[in-house]
Amino acid sequence: MKINKNIAISESGFVFDAGTGDTFSLNETGREILTQLKEGKTEAEIKKNITDKYDVPPGIYEHNFHDFENILRKYNLLE
Amino acid sequence: MAKLKYERPIINKINAGVTDKFGMTPGVPIIEKIDGVAVKELIKDYGSPVFVISEKTIRDTYKEAKLAFTTRYPKVQFAWSYKTNYLNSVCQVFHSEGSWAEVVSGFEYDKARENGISGNKIIFNGPHKSKEDLTKAIKNGSYIHIDHFDELYTIIELSQTMEERPKVAIRVNMDTGIYPRWDRFGFNYENGEAWNALKRIMISEKLDLVGLHTHIGTYIMTPDAYGVAAGKLASLAVELDRKYNHNIKYIDMGGGFASKNTLKGAYLPGKDTCPTFDQYADAIANALINSQINPQKMPTLFLETGRALIDDAGYILGSVLANKRLADGRRSMIIDLGVNMLFTSFWYEHEIYPAQNAGKIGEDTTIYGPLCMNIDVIRAAIKFPPMEKGEHIVLKRVGAYNVTQWMQFITLRPKVVMIDTEGKVHIIRENETNETITSLERVPKHLKLK
Repeated sequence: MKINKNIAISESGFVFDAGTGDTFSLNETGREILTQLKEGKTEAEIKKNITDKYDVPPGIYEHNFHDFENILRKYNLLE
Repeated sequence: MAKLKYERPIINKINAGVTDKFGMTPGVPIIEKIDGVAVKELIKDYGSPVFVISEKTIRDTYKEAKLAFTTRYPKVQFAWSYKTNYLNSVCQVFHSEGSWAEVVSGFEYDKARENGISGNKIIFNGPHKSKEDLTKAIKNGSYIHIDHFDELYTIIELSQTMEERPKVAIRVNMDTGIYPRWDRFGFNYENGEAWNALKRIMISEKLDLVGLHTHIGTYIMTPDAYGVAAGKLASLAVELDRKYNHNIKYIDMGGGFASKNTLKGAYLPGKDTCPTFDQYADAIANALINSQINPQKMPTLFLETGRALIDDAGYILGSVLANKRLADGRRSMIIDLGVNMLFTSFWYEHEIYPAQNAGKIGEDTTIYGPLCMNIDVIRAAIKFPPMEKGEHIVLKRVGAYNVTQWMQFITLRPKVVMIDTEGKVHIIRENETNETITSLERVPKHLKLK
């Protein structure tokens, strides 16, 4: 899964899609996942990073991640 | 090193041009405790969902309402509207504060009597009172508020054979400048029907006309309408005095005061727009005091307000069953309480809060109940923080009508608990079991499995 190249993510969780002009806001977990996707990390790497840092069972994280992925796709933020 | 608290990832699209003129509140408010008792503990001890009634809130609200009226009018008597919430413990709190009982059926009448209320402190309203109900009420000296001429003739007929003189008032419907006009109850003021009914009572010589009653509607946002209504009842009282030299003992303004809940479709939240008790009291007391009623013979002001006195005292606690995405990408959350036990969600946008720390950013969410029915929607659209399965939620202001209008549909009704003024929790209604329901059923012999 890759995000569009023309997506800018700020440290405060503000997202700008230079292709469409759309803007978005992220919560902290969303910001970390999107930033790591932008850095080219794999889903497995991101899963490890998040579950190491946060108190979340891997199954729940996976469920939430796929839900998040669907929303990113809906907003046309994925390649 | 301890891991950080997790919150599932959220992304919200920012819609420029659709700004929120009220601004954003930082974070999402949560309700962890009710009257000092942890929500988590209440659910652990009494199950989920569970209704919670705050005795302290009932008493505080009652005192606030009483103060508003007694500081503006010399003689005031509240009567607790049983239909709004007739759990015995709730009724007893109101009775212990001095409220009489206002009932609208034989069932409620008997309930009030079982709660220890003497007959002469019961106001009997409603369009259906059976002959047996009326006989009982006459014997007990209750105040019967006549709804229609058929009822009036039944009472006159009963009065021919009974020793006790029926104590009656009529319910009057009228134009107070608001919509809808509740003209299905009582006798109309403008077309002279109310005056005709009063004349009929006065010439019967068997009935004691003790009062005049109205109930102009429900969730009335315009206190002035009460002023108009009080003025019209006062004019009937003046006419009775003039024509028959008869002074009524009371004017009953009924109920209908709005609670702080937000009606569906309202632009602003109810807690910011609903009139205060002071505003209602001002309108009613001014109209009566400024009327032509002889100041030496001012009638007692009866009030039957229900919703505004009990709504804030009721909560329902529940749990998240699941989160899922709708086909268009919207988030939906399923909770374990549905419209069957939260009847008021058909007309209110109920306030819902997480019962534990939740994320700072909410997501557009539809909150569904657990029923296998498309209409089971608790909130169609609410900005709500992420919550996981099993986490708890709290709905505020559900004290009115839910535990009287709830439906036993598919599932069973939950426990109702009351937190007393010392913070002790009491079960005031047990949860139903299968037996509660099936014990009333009878299966014909030929249908029983061999």
